[in-house]
Amino acid sequence: MKHLLSTEDLSLTNAVRILDTAEEMSAVGDREVKKLPALRGRTVVNLFFEDSTRTRISFEAAAKRLSADVINFAAKGSSVSKGESLKDTAQTLSAMGADAVVIRHWASGAPHRLAATDWIDAAVVNAGDGTHEHPTQALLDAFTMRRHWTKLSGLPSAGADLKGMRVAIAGDVLHSRVARSNVWLLRTLGAEVTLVAPPTLLPIGVEKWPCKVSYNMDETLEHGVDAVMMLRVQGERMNASFFPSTREYSRRWGFDDTRLRALDSLGLKDTIIMHPGPMNRGLEISAAAADSPRSTVLAQVRNGVSIRMAALYLLLSGDTREPAATLKESK
Amino acid sequence: MAEQKSGNGTNGNGAYLIRGAAILGGDAADLLIRDGVIAARGANLSQTDTDAADGVTIIDADGLIALPGMVDVHTHLREPGREDAETVETGTRAAALGGFTAVHAMANSTPVADTAGVVEQVYSLGRAAGWVDVRPVGAVTVGLAGEQLAELGAMADSRARVRMFSDDGICVHDPVLMRRALEYVKAFDGVVAQHAQEPRLTAGAQMNEGEVSAVLGLTGWPAVAEESIIARDVLLAQHVGSRLHVCHVSTAGSVEIIRWAKGRGINVTAEVTPHHLLLTDELVRSYDPVYKVNPPLRTDADVRALREALADGTIDVVGTDHAPHPSEHKECEWAQAAMGMTGLETALSVVQHAMIETGLMTWADFARATSTAPAAIGRLADQGRPLEEGEPANLILVDPAARWTVDPSAMATMGRNSPFRGMELPGKVRATFFKGHPTVLDGSLNTPYRYPSDAAAAGTAAGTAATI
Amino acid sequence: MTPVTQAPVPARVVLNQADIDRALTRIAHEILEANKGSQDLVLLGIPRRGYPLAVRLAQKIAAADSAVDASAIVGQLDVTMFRDDLSHHPTRPPHRTQLPLTGIDNKVVVLIDDVLYSGRTIRAALDALVDLGRPRIVRLAVLVDRGHRELPIRADHVGKNLPTSSSEKVRVRLEETDVIDGQPVNEVVIEAGA
Repeated sequence: MKHLLSTEDLSLTNAVRILDTAEEMSAVGDREVKKLPALRGRTVVNLFFEDSTRTRISFEAAAKRLSADVINFAAKGSSVSKGESLKDTAQTLSAMGADAVVIRHWASGAPHRLAATDWIDAAVVNAGDGTHEHPTQALLDAFTMRRHWTKLSGLPSAGADLKGMRVAIAGDVLHSRVARSNVWLLRTLGAEVTLVAPPTLLPIGVEKWPCKVSYNMDETLEHGVDAVMMLRVQGERMNASFFPSTREYSRRWGFDDTRLRALDSLGLKDTIIMHPGPMNRGLEISAAAADSPRSTVLAQVRNGVSIRMAALYLLLSGDTREPAATLKESK
Repeated sequence: MAEQKSGNGTNGNGAYLIRGAAILGGDAADLLIRDGVIAARGANLSQTDTDAADGVTIIDADGLIALPGMVDVHTHLREPGREDAETVETGTRAAALGGFTAVHAMANSTPVADTAGVVEQVYSLGRAAGWVDVRPVGAVTVGLAGEQLAELGAMADSRARVRMFSDDGICVHDPVLMRRALEYVKAFDGVVAQHAQEPRLTAGAQMNEGEVSAVLGLTGWPAVAEESIIARDVLLAQHVGSRLHVCHVSTAGSVEIIRWAKGRGINVTAEVTPHHLLLTDELVRSYDPVYKVNPPLRTDADVRALREALADGTIDVVGTDHAPHPSEHKECEWAQAAMGMTGLETALSVVQHAMIETGLMTWADFARATSTAPAAIGRLADQGRPLEEGEPANLILVDPAARWTVDPSAMATMGRNSPFRGMELPGKVRATFFKGHPTVLDGSLNTPYRYPSDAAAAGTAAGTAATI
Repeated sequence: MTPVTQAPVPARVVLNQADIDRALTRIAHEILEANKGSQDLVLLGIPRRGYPLAVRLAQKIAAADSAVDASAIVGQLDVTMFRDDLSHHPTRPPHRTQLPLTGIDNKVVVLIDDVLYSGRTIRAALDALVDLGRPRIVRLAVLVDRGHRELPIRADHVGKNLPTSSSEKVRVRLEETDVIDGQPVNEVVIEAGA
């Protein structure tokens, strides 16, 4: 693996390898010395063109736990005010000796351009590009789901996939990179996905995606789900007529207290509620749902550091010129 | 192609004897070019037939095809205002190399070509460059703002003699304004060329709306935004009895609407770009902005429909929509990148590849779509003429068997944004004759044409043509 | 169980199943002797083959001393993250590290591995241990010592000393991890080098 740009082209082998490595990484967080020397001497640059303190801190913690050096670069400029070009910024970082660039950008495809051109030599990790992909988010979501799923079946989580798990992803799919990354990864891991959203928030062409589509949240719950993932919805979308009002949106597609109770009355006692954060309490998810024992929101954040440690380790520790081979013995 | 120069080859004075060219891809014949016209056409013309005082340059055209000089209804020369992207000089050099003898220069320059002053400026720059006939297109609305009609009549009466009007780049979306424009230009046999793009349906659009855009997370440009405007405009044209031209048709649905309109006798013409005859939105998966263009690359089904339409005449002409951009506007994130592809130097090859080598068109059809029909739309009396005795000598010689690899860095256009870079394409222009003067010989730029009045004004410049 | 497909290579068996068993029995008694009993003993096997060896040793120690619960003194110590040659090889995914419930603080930790060669694996294991806790004593037991040390590391307990040339390969096969032609196998083999 030279870059981590998307989950669409992440093979089952590599996906499971990342999840298994993350299990070992999470053990580090329980130790007194929460550090491993594996990436000592490597430099990881957080290149963030979009504000995101949470994701940036998560990547920073991950890199530091592996003893890598971290440089944070908050790039100026947006679609409105042009700052230094992506090309110039990348080449500056390369000259500074970056081994990995973790990039979050408001333009879909920016990490792909970095990886495809010869502007930099470093490994590129996509920390979220426009409305396209957010692979580490999908991986930490899958990690969280896998731990839950294997605990229910009593199997060890190492090497496991998500076959048979029913996952509903609800919200603004059209504008969500989290939804896209999750659909591809869950498909690869064998889960059954149902997207739930108003028709205006589903992209043209979604019928070709490897998942079901429903406009009805209650029906989807009634058919049975093992995990419900609520996506953040921006209230301002009603000004572009994606839905008439936040009130109507919440009532039809929000995970409110009624639906929380429905999980109990439907006998779905093990169903978890997930959210990538930050949450709009009262819009797409009620406070009670967010704080219920079913909610994995905090676990997702914790798991984010482990997943990002795994990603950085797998991209940077080895001889990155060769493809990752199976384990070799040498004493 | 062998040349035997037996004269000083200066502008307008020299004569050229083209031997054995396949006229429109048909039977071979000789063509004698002298004093700006085809002086003779026949089999085995000899030098002594020429009556020429000076020498005659013989061009062996065995294996080459003679076609009328191509006429582009849609080019962006960027000057005035964006000389960092292209100038009239560099753009028309590219045109000549591409086999063009006339180009229509779109009005979205800075300042916008919405007055007689600006169109005359572009016209003068074209004459001074001398590579092709530059026909400025006048804007429909002042500043392309879509609010008020520009002085269309003044532009028509100016030295530039504008007949095509377009806000290209932007759609004339206000139905009342479009109606008025269609009506008004009837007074001087003008035509409104519409860039069909409903603005609200395409706010923030980055690529074709479809399966690929759904996966890539790029805002879609739905086909209906083009088709709904064309549907409206053909009905308006019918209602007011005007002629309408539709720029860069890109969807199968648009083709059907135009076919329907022509079937009802509506006076509409349509153009398609070479890139829409070959490339699809699958290429956007790389996020390489060289594939970012407006209207966007569409699907395979659209490409097939466009090819059929060009072959059967539903689409009348090929227009390059040549749109050069400086490299910093293409070497960036997709969302930041400018829209546009270069096309003047690849047009012939792409059309040959997509249409002739697939058996959909003959070279005679090619001549119709790239010369005769566009000249008619632009009302150019001396272009797109038959290759017969007495006609103006605006013609090209093409080697259809040539194969070349597209290298943007070797092009005459300043723009390096060609989506065909690295592709091997057929067909090469070996010679371009503009008003009887060779602007391109042996596949390379020769010298530009010098207008007699301008040459005289330059005094003793006669005999020393501008060097490249 | 990891099936290992074998291509025929010139090889000689230096320890067969019985030899391995005898060596492990002797090592188990040496461990008890050096520690003067089983108090505070922890056996940490280094993946992959160090771990099954540690399990066998724990069983032999429990057989010799009834106060010992074999499963409670065994653990696994993965050293991948602490290797000094990570960037010279393709990425290696880490194995599980699992300590006994009683931990390693103040314990007598015996590291168990199958082959001792350059000593770098054991150096990495010592670094890994330091981050996990503070053993009172650390010792090393290996099934085979083939020489060619590159660091000042030595084993306290050795099953067999095998002088080898660096071009040769030492292959340890244990039934817990190696299957040849469908049969679990226990042997130590030296393969001629290239």
